[in-house]
Amino acid sequence: MRLINRYPSRAMRAALGALPFAGLLGAYAVASAIRLAENPRDKLLPSLSAMGQAMYQMGFVPDRRTGDLLLWSDTFASLERLAIGIAIAASLAIVFGAIIGILPIGRALFSPFVAAFSLIPPITILPILFIVLGLGEAAKIGLVAIGTAPLMIRSLAQGVLDIPREEIVKAETLGASTWQIATRVVFPQLWPKLITAIRLGLVPAWIFLISAEAIAATEGLGYRIFLVRRYLAMDVILPYVVWITLLAYLIDRLLAGMSRRLFAWAHLSGEAL
Amino acid sequence: MTFLTAQRIGVSYGDVPILERVDLRVEEGALVTIVGASGCGKSTFLRILLGQERATSGTIAINGVPIAAEPDAGRGIVFQRYSVFPHLTVLGNLMLPAEFEGSRVLGRLFGRRRRAAREAAEAMMDKIGLDHARDRYPAQLSGGMQQRLAIGQALLKRPRVLLLDEPFGALDPGTRRDMQAMLIDLWRETGMTVFMVTHDIQEAFHLGTRLLVFDKIRHDPQFPAAYGATITYDIPLRGQHMSPDAGAFRLDAEPAVTNAGNPFLSRATSEETQP
Ligand SMILES: Nc1ncnc2c1ncn2[C@@H]1O[C@H](COP(=O)(O)OP(=O)(O)OP(=O)(O)O)[C@@H](O)[C@H]1O
Ligand SMILES: [Mg+2]
Repeated sequence: MRLINRYPSRAMRAALGALPFAGLLGAYAVASAIRLAENPRDKLLPSLSAMGQAMYQMGFVPDRRTGDLLLWSDTFASLERLAIGIAIAASLAIVFGAIIGILPIGRALFSPFVAAFSLIPPITILPILFIVLGLGEAAKIGLVAIGTAPLMIRSLAQGVLDIPREEIVKAETLGASTWQIATRVVFPQLWPKLITAIRLGLVPAWIFLISAEAIAATEGLGYRIFLVRRYLAMDVILPYVVWITLLAYLIDRLLAGMSRRLFAWAHLSGEAL
Repeated sequence: MTFLTAQRIGVSYGDVPILERVDLRVEEGALVTIVGASGCGKSTFLRILLGQERATSGTIAINGVPIAAEPDAGRGIVFQRYSVFPHLTVLGNLMLPAEFEGSRVLGRLFGRRRRAAREAAEAMMDKIGLDHARDRYPAQLSGGMQQRLAIGQALLKRPRVLLLDEPFGALDPGTRRDMQAMLIDLWRETGMTVFMVTHDIQEAFHLGTRLLVFDKIRHDPQFPAAYGATITYDIPLRGQHMSPDAGAFRLDAEPAVTNAGNPFLSRATSEETQP
């Protein structure tokens, strides 16, 4: 049988999927062992057990100075910023995406502006945010919101435009007003697209969050990584990177599952990642 | 009095004329079938009648009043695809017109009025033979079922004009016959004026009370796009409703076997046999 027609079984698929992860882990363990054999005090590639030990310290032993469990307080602080920033961006995306997508006048008014705004590298706005909003939470949340909103607005506006024109015309012939078309035809079809837009926006959102935390924060996952960098604490940095990745993955899966559950009609045809 | 009058309709996209000098008078209650080569402007003509697009020149009036410049509830449409709302079930699709009408702000009805809307929707669902698919989404329906839903939904507003753009194009012959019979029945019942574009010349002949052929009358061999199409033949037909000798024009010269189970169809057939 041709290779292109050979499909792995379920168990085989799981095994194949785990293979690269196992490979990476094994390669790391070997490399770490080699380096540590040469120099037991090497900090670059700490052993898996050393990392486990460090993470145990971070996650289950209260910090001597603050009394917090650092891993969890960092995680909570970061997720809170991420959630608020994304919520602001999503709200903007719904309002402006709908205006741009539904109303030709709104499109003429906002579309060029959003297109231009989305080209500003958000990181360059960060100093401005720090100056204007101070070093507190607002600047970090603001960066996440500003960094993701244009992308999400454009994605939702396109989502509206992707609704076949026939549907809109059909609604008109059924006596619908512009408002009714928006609320009964467009918005219900926009919610699953909003979830997709959020999933898309989360990728840059994490980047902006970590960057902002690295520059000015007193807690947070990004703050911690850049703090311990000074001590070359790879045994904390590497597990933190894995932890952030895992969080991002779980949030993405959660959103995908939510969309399938809440908007079953949108997932009836075709397969999506 | 003439119901619909189109005078000197011309349509161009950019420099390219698509339609030119289309003149048409149609009586109320006619079932006009439209045929013509692909790309000659049949769908464009329907869009103009609907008000979705404006003709470059000429006027269209219904009962002497120029038609509204945007689609409205007086003119229903069934497109070849995408005519129903994918986020609503069959029942939801059929309740939507009443909800639009009854609730300007929320677009939703509650309590007694909701029940009334649901009953009207269920009656239509029954008529188009979709009562068994009540809670299914369009993506879970076959092409024929989706088109039936689209037609039923359009008819709920009782439009005086119904525009159909190749509504049965993608259907197998059996389903197509069912749908044709359904259309004829609904048309008789409502007395609306129907314009139907089709590529099936047989369908055009046996369903219509009038057949229009769109084609180019002038050709420039150097420049095929130089001229637009117009109505080249306008053939009055007996149509389905006034055929006393039903046998002569019955589309289902093959007996309507496939439809025995469809209450809707058997009704249509029994009516036909009565003089
Ligand atoms: N928006 C547009 N801009 C430019 N040209 C267009 C546009 N819409 C349609 N046309 C052109 O107008 C012509 C008529 O199109 P139309 O869809 O009305 O054809 P049709 O008769 O319905 O064909 P078919 O039988 O294939 O559906 C085509 O040649 C098409 O290329
Ligand atoms: Mg067409």
